[in-house]
Amino acid sequence: MRFLLIEDNERLASAIAERLRLDGHAVDHATTLSAARECLDAAAFDLILLDIMLPDGDGRQFLAGQRRARNAIPVIVITARSAVSDRVSLLDLGADDYITKPFEFSELEARCRAVLRRRGGSAANQTSFAGVTLDATRGSLNTGRRIETLRNRELRLLEVLFNAPGQVFSKAQLMDRLFSFSEDVSENAIEVYIARLRKRLGGTDARIETVRGLGYRLVGPR
Amino acid sequence: MSGRRNETSATTARGSIRRQLFVQLLAVAAILSLAFFLIVREVAGRVAEATQDDILAASATSIADSLRFEGGEVTLDLPYSALSMLGTINEDRVFYRIVADGRTLTGYDDLPQARPSATAPRPQFATFDYRGDRVRAVTLLRPVGSGSTPVQVAVSVAQTRLGMAAISARITSIATAIGVGFFVVATALSLLAARSALSPLARMTLSVTRRGPADLRPLRTAAPRELVPFVDALNGFMARLRTALGQSEDFITEAAHRVRTPLATLRAQAEVTYRKLERPEHRQALREMIRAIDESARSAGQMLDHAMVTLRTDSVAHETVRLDELVRETCDRFAPTAGLKDIEIVTELPPAPVVLAGDRILLQNALHNVLDNAVKYSPADSTITVRLSAEPGAPRRVRLSVADQGRGFDGRDLKQLTRRFSRGSNVGDIVGSGLGLTIADEVARAHGGHLDISENSPGAGACIALVLPSA
Ligand SMILES: Nc1ncnc2c1ncn2[C@@H]1O[C@H](COP(=O)(O)OP(=O)(O)O)[C@@H](O)[C@H]1O
Repeated sequence: MRFLLIEDNERLASAIAERLRLDGHAVDHATTLSAARECLDAAAFDLILLDIMLPDGDGRQFLAGQRRARNAIPVIVITARSAVSDRVSLLDLGADDYITKPFEFSELEARCRAVLRRRGGSAANQTSFAGVTLDATRGSLNTGRRIETLRNRELRLLEVLFNAPGQVFSKAQLMDRLFSFSEDVSENAIEVYIARLRKRLGGTDARIETVRGLGYRLVGPR
Repeated sequence: MSGRRNETSATTARGSIRRQLFVQLLAVAAILSLAFFLIVREVAGRVAEATQDDILAASATSIADSLRFEGGEVTLDLPYSALSMLGTINEDRVFYRIVADGRTLTGYDDLPQARPSATAPRPQFATFDYRGDRVRAVTLLRPVGSGSTPVQVAVSVAQTRLGMAAISARITSIATAIGVGFFVVATALSLLAARSALSPLARMTLSVTRRGPADLRPLRTAAPRELVPFVDALNGFMARLRTALGQSEDFITEAAHRVRTPLATLRAQAEVTYRKLERPEHRQALREMIRAIDESARSAGQMLDHAMVTLRTDSVAHETVRLDELVRETCDRFAPTAGLKDIEIVTELPPAPVVLAGDRILLQNALHNVLDNAVKYSPADSTITVRLSAEPGAPRRVRLSVADQGRGFDGRDLKQLTRRFSRGSNVGDIVGSGLGLTIADEVARAHGGHLDISENSPGAGACIALVLPSA
């Protein structure tokens, strides 16, 4: 996905951008509203991440302006305000969702996905492998014979594997994707989800293979 | 702390303008009535006396007119009519005495006679006691005879005052009746006047109490000149309050910004670094750091939320809130967060709209905190049921309950949980600040409801319910 990040705090912005890039997203960064408008003119974005406290104007005005301009790019507002006071007006002004600082990136990702799903999804978010298609936005798996709706963690796990078929992922790497920092889970917890995915993929040419002592990888037909 | 409008006033009433005004008007009315009574009685008495005097004088004159001077002697042929004109009134007795040259010609010897001076021959009136009665008497001086030295004759006529007394008694009773009537009418008018004089005040009070608590706009009702300084003072006060409230909110907002932005930076950088770390002990250390960041962010957030909630519960806006829609929206917003743990939020809403008077933002925040707890204390792959229903056994009350399948409470310390910064013994290693339920409880109470904490039955887990009065 291609993000436009509008955030005046340089350090926060670069940390967010770098973190998003780790997950394979493209991120453009604007520190001011005018820079943001230039970016919007120059390129197409899937999502705008907007901080509402900006040096050259209130992000909310930008939001309202965007809505008036019938710009259909979904906006998720990043707010440092109290979780209470701003929500209503933000949504009234046309933000698709908001997230309060500081946030967990998996939550940001989940919110982006929910917003895109509400907006009707985009074809760009489909990955196919060995005749199986994963629609990350809808959270569905098309095996060719049937369409399965995945649970959130199944989806996130499968997405990692589908994005790099053949690559071996360690249990630790996969766990990072699945569990939040506040959860204390043993490495074996991942096996539960691997088992579920194997069941989902049953009867297709795609398989999740255990690489002894290293981890798991997605492989095609033998 | 109650955000409800106080039923009883905080000020003790000292005195009442209305009563004061009424009493003053009444006193004036009383004085006027009394004066009226006295004047009527006095004037009527005078008139009655003047009438009697006229008759007495006429009687004395007609006696004097019948005086003759024959053969050096003063003679009198007492005309009957002279006395009968007096006798017409009541049973008053009449006395007379005619004195010529110091010798009583006829009549009562002992009837006292005023001694009119010769130079002023006008009739002299007097009132005195005579033979056991109060009498009114007139004395007239008339020179009788011809020549250079006429004989001075003094004619006195006196009459008891029974008739006069009867008349004045009647007049007095009439005057009393009129005075009392006047007083009664004046009392009624005073009441009306006192009330209507204060009606602008009542109107103003109404226009202030009718507005929502968050409505701090200046008062615009037309006020009588005397009340204008008061209205100005009130408006000035509200303006100051508005600024003060605004400043508090701004401060909270600014504080949130200051605290959360660096924490967000720190957390994002930590996550990036975490991805690059290989060694388990490093990763473990960084996990601890990130948790500490989360914990402080959460605490800071909830403290600021709590401050904001306190600020708002002091003046709960009573707008119309569609509670069912609010629940649906809040749950929808929460779904992605719950989804991270594969927790499903199931909402059970009644088919009909649920409306109540309250503060949307506060209610949303309360539900948010309860949901946040439910997700926090629930295992992965579980279900949270949010149910909005009528409170059984309590008409006009709704129950918004959030039931989870988590660890529940150990059946202990349920009462403690809503206290500030108090956390249960069941928390284990789950981070928290102990403010979530406090906020929910305060919001419920500010709306005239309460928070109900129980075990989830049937099934295991917790069930937290906001019981609220519905509109
Ligand atoms: N859904 C729940 N399940 C189990 N325990 C709960 C739940 N919600 C609240 N509690 C208990 O109530 C205590 C107070 O809650 P709260 O005020 O939100 O503070 P905290 O930040 O610790 O969660 C918690 O520490 C926990 O013991």
